[in-house]
Amino acid sequence: MEDVLTRMGDGQRMTMSPSQVKEELLAGTKNAADTGRVPPLTSSDLEQLFEIIADRNRVVTVERGKEIVLTDDLSCVRHTGDEGAAGGVGIPMSRLQAILVHERSYAQDSAVFQVPYGSGGNIQRVKEKITIDMQAHETVSLLTTIPMFYTFAPAVLWYYRPNGPYANPADLLPQGKIREAREASEKAAERLTEDVVYIGKKMYSIGCDAINLDTCASGGDAEFYSNLNIVSKLKQEAPHMAIEMGMSNEFVIGVHGEMTFDGQRLAGMFPHQQIKVAETSGVDIFGPVINTNSSESFPWNLARAVTFVKLTVEVSNIPVHVNAGMGVCSVPMQPTPPIDCVSRMAKAMVHIARIDGL
Amino acid sequence: MGGIRTAGDLVMWMQMTRRMRLPEAKKYVTEKLKVAPEDLVDECEMRFVREDLGIGTITANPGVPRGIAAKRRIGELLGIEINSVNKMWHKS
Repeated sequence: MEDVLTRMGDGQRMTMSPSQVKEELLAGTKNAADTGRVPPLTSSDLEQLFEIIADRNRVVTVERGKEIVLTDDLSCVRHTGDEGAAGGVGIPMSRLQAILVHERSYAQDSAVFQVPYGSGGNIQRVKEKITIDMQAHETVSLLTTIPMFYTFAPAVLWYYRPNGPYANPADLLPQGKIREAREASEKAAERLTEDVVYIGKKMYSIGCDAINLDTCASGGDAEFYSNLNIVSKLKQEAPHMAIEMGMSNEFVIGVHGEMTFDGQRLAGMFPHQQIKVAETSGVDIFGPVINTNSSESFPWNLARAVTFVKLTVEVSNIPVHVNAGMGVCSVPMQPTPPIDCVSRMAKAMVHIARIDGL
Repeated sequence: MGGIRTAGDLVMWMQMTRRMRLPEAKKYVTEKLKVAPEDLVDECEMRFVREDLGIGTITANPGVPRGIAAKRRIGELLGIEINSVNKMWHKS
């Protein structure tokens, strides 16, 4: 059999012999199994993965009947933003225009209306300007047929100094001030919860159909605790507004270390554990993240990602939309993700991990 | 799946409002539309199904409901509550 053209996790092209690809796949699934204490892929799964990677076509796709739906976190910014803001192409157009292009030119299954460019995702700034977004979202919602999500990152980091009012655990922990760091985390998480619930209720009042809490737990377990509580509260206050929770990382970092939800310790959770507390909180669609290691090959990263996601889908009772883009879910860490890798990732996630969406 | 070019938005609504997994959501939509499973992603079939039902078409088709008017019909067709319809249509 001919050598296989593939890539490294940073996007660089490379060739491997078929036996090398198989070794990489085995090493990738073993790494996931060891790291997350999860079952490795079966020999049948690995064989399917090999066939997907070794396919001679540049772009591959799923079998008929296996098509999936897509949600995203970038509909507006993809058009209007710059490369640094998640691969935007810098077209001077309004958010409304960008959404309509997304719906009618790209034929997307859903779209997100994103917080204003320039707010930097800072929830406190989003809250200050929420009436502007309420009005804008109302207009978008009148004109679109596809489901519209309002999206932002419910990040706790903005509540720590120098941006916010509370002491920063990143400063306190190196000084051994563990109790003070935990107190600061708890206060920041409480404020974040209050602010996002306020935003969610405001958006619900004007007819928002869904929100996408993007890059959850980026600030560790205190943030994840807040994110889950936000969902619980909003599900009571806004019962007809769906909530998608997209994670930021495959592993919840224990900045606090003792935060729990539904009796489960949050620090150290992997995707198959994260989804269970997300389900309990009331999340409707869950987006697990598996980090791409740019120093390893695409086959290694793909086998690793499929291992985690397959188990997450198996234990889930809600739809799973895997977060897949540059630097996550085996997609190379590149602002222009190569289509050969993206399409192989998508096919593997559909056929082997059996996802509900991307 | 192809959004309003096919039936992607309809499957999406079922995942969002009923937490349906993909196979269940596709089956539900197929039954409500009274079409064959393979029709869900068939642009040719869905173009006419969507026009007949008034649930929005991908091409600019004058007179065919789109936006909130199409969503109102989608909510009725699928038997789901759509918040934007509740807030913007039923209150009007």
